[in-house]
Amino acid sequence: MIWLTWRQFRGSAALMGAVLTAVGLMLVLTGPGLADEYAAGIADCAVNGRCDRFYSAFFGKHDLAFLSVTLVALLLPALVGLFWGAPLITRELESGTHLLVWNQSVTRTRWLAVKLALIGLVVMAATCLLGLAVTWWSGPLDRSADDGWALMSPLVFDARGIVPMAYAAFGFVLGIVVGLLARRTLAAMALTLLIFTGVQLAVPLLVRPHLQPPIRASVELTAANVDGFSREADGLGLHLRNQVPTDTGAWVLSSRLADPAGRVMAEGEAISLSGDLALACTPSGPPPEAGRADPMAACFAELNRLGYRQAVTYHPTSAFWPFQWIETGIYALFTAGLAWLSFWLIRRRAS
Amino acid sequence: MNPVLAAQDLGKRYGRRWALRHCGLEIPAGHVVGLVGPNGAGKTTLLKLAGGQLAPTAGTISVLGGTPGAGPGQLARVGFVAQDTPVYAGLTVAEHLRLGAGLNPAWDAGLAHDRTARLGLDPKQRAGRLSGGQRAQLALTLGLAKRPDLLILDEPVAALDPLARREFLQGLMEAVAEHELSVLLSSHLVSDLERTCDYLVVLIDSRVRVAGETDRLLACHHRLTGPRRDHLPPEHHVVSAQHTERQSTFVIRTEAPIHDPAWTVTPLTLEDLVLAYMAEPVPARERVTLEVRR
Repeated sequence: MIWLTWRQFRGSAALMGAVLTAVGLMLVLTGPGLADEYAAGIADCAVNGRCDRFYSAFFGKHDLAFLSVTLVALLLPALVGLFWGAPLITRELESGTHLLVWNQSVTRTRWLAVKLALIGLVVMAATCLLGLAVTWWSGPLDRSADDGWALMSPLVFDARGIVPMAYAAFGFVLGIVVGLLARRTLAAMALTLLIFTGVQLAVPLLVRPHLQPPIRASVELTAANVDGFSREADGLGLHLRNQVPTDTGAWVLSSRLADPAGRVMAEGEAISLSGDLALACTPSGPPPEAGRADPMAACFAELNRLGYRQAVTYHPTSAFWPFQWIETGIYALFTAGLAWLSFWLIRRRAS
Repeated sequence: MNPVLAAQDLGKRYGRRWALRHCGLEIPAGHVVGLVGPNGAGKTTLLKLAGGQLAPTAGTISVLGGTPGAGPGQLARVGFVAQDTPVYAGLTVAEHLRLGAGLNPAWDAGLAHDRTARLGLDPKQRAGRLSGGQRAQLALTLGLAKRPDLLILDEPVAALDPLARREFLQGLMEAVAEHELSVLLSSHLVSDLERTCDYLVVLIDSRVRVAGETDRLLACHHRLTGPRRDHLPPEHHVVSAQHTERQSTFVIRTEAPIHDPAWTVTPLTLEDLVLAYMAEPVPARERVTLEVRR
């Protein structure tokens, strides 16, 4: 049985091996250079204190590689479910070979158990390795990524650590169950993709924010969390970034402006300009020359003195590994449930 | 000795349609059993129930004394060559034999190799590139080398040309003679079974119409031709009746001798017998259910 499983699987295993070797080789070859560049840049910017500029330059230089590597780690679990899980049984059903193999002296249960265990282990080993390698490689970039690509933000989190392994195991078993129900390879693949994508959207949106209580904080306004100002009819418009200045990898659930009374202001609500604030925040005269102090520094100081704050709710970077383990646990439960379902279905299906 | 197959009131329903109904059968061991009937009569359903591929909706079935498909022990005793003789297109002939050896504890490697060599199957050939006849032979080899007590074949020759058909059945007969196994073989063509089977089950419209050893069946079925008559004595069970204005032709089943000198009695061939059952009018009860369904 083990030989047959391997014989039927070796083609796709070789393909997967080749892809992973290529990706792994690329990561291993470029990873140390990336880390060195990062270390040198940090040492350099620590002297002149403009590390934010280094971060954005460093990330901007490597953003294409960052995105492609993240994409590979994101897509692999879906592909495993689609191309390994869904056809595992439907391919036999479509060619009628299930009638050949299920009439040897091996029960269907054992046949499925060997397939599930053997291919499942390969899937998990491959995606675990990939997830950890990507995490190691992208460490410097994750530390300098800007607000759209924070380490804890849904898309990046999904492509780091051990969750790709959990997703892939889930996708694989999901594909098998859908295959047993749909009986047609193409339909099974489409359905698997649909359900997998649905779960992958639902978990970060509905479940993950509640894995741990988020941190609520009131943060002083600086250039690190304010994207810009605008002049509105009824005062000063202030645009916040989705970022926590002290923790750039955090996953920001909400970032709003709070007025001196502590009331969270409505979206687009302007700050009324009066007295010192009007003076500090509406600089007159020619635009400042490059290299001079930030012209809005006085405005920030006045806003903070009056008590305006960024009211932010977020999951900090330190929650990365707890979240990874909890989510892996959740998907392990899904996977176990689906595996049980697949055995139940194959025992009672009519062929 | 356990009967090869025993069924009581066996039924299988797909959705609202019964593929097999009220099937009662007891087939003794040591026969080559032909299961014959028109397409869609429920032959494949009965064979799959016997192989354990399907679970019955109603009634019971036992094969070689065990429940079909229950555990590896029962699977090992029953060989099954499915319709269209499926094989793995990507695997070579040798790999199929390896598959059989790995999955069957009683695998007869010598038999498998001898058979493939005798048939001229190239071990390195992929099964997907074999001809239909070769593929059927490969599937049969897998079924035989498993050394089952009962080998079930579902329309094994339906897709083969006449030459391949004869070779396949010949190979099957040789194996039966050599290894003393029971065979249950279905076909919608009686001519396939005439040369091979010594036991016949006629399945029509999801019911078993007649079952028995072919010699006995032929001995107790007769064609009577004579002047027109609408009724026969009750010991003569009428299988089919045809009337013209002056003449009647009956196919009857009877154990009693026929003494009435008005009749010309002619023996039936197996094909005549099966065709007579196929032409038998549908019992009134079923006709009613059909109308109700509409």
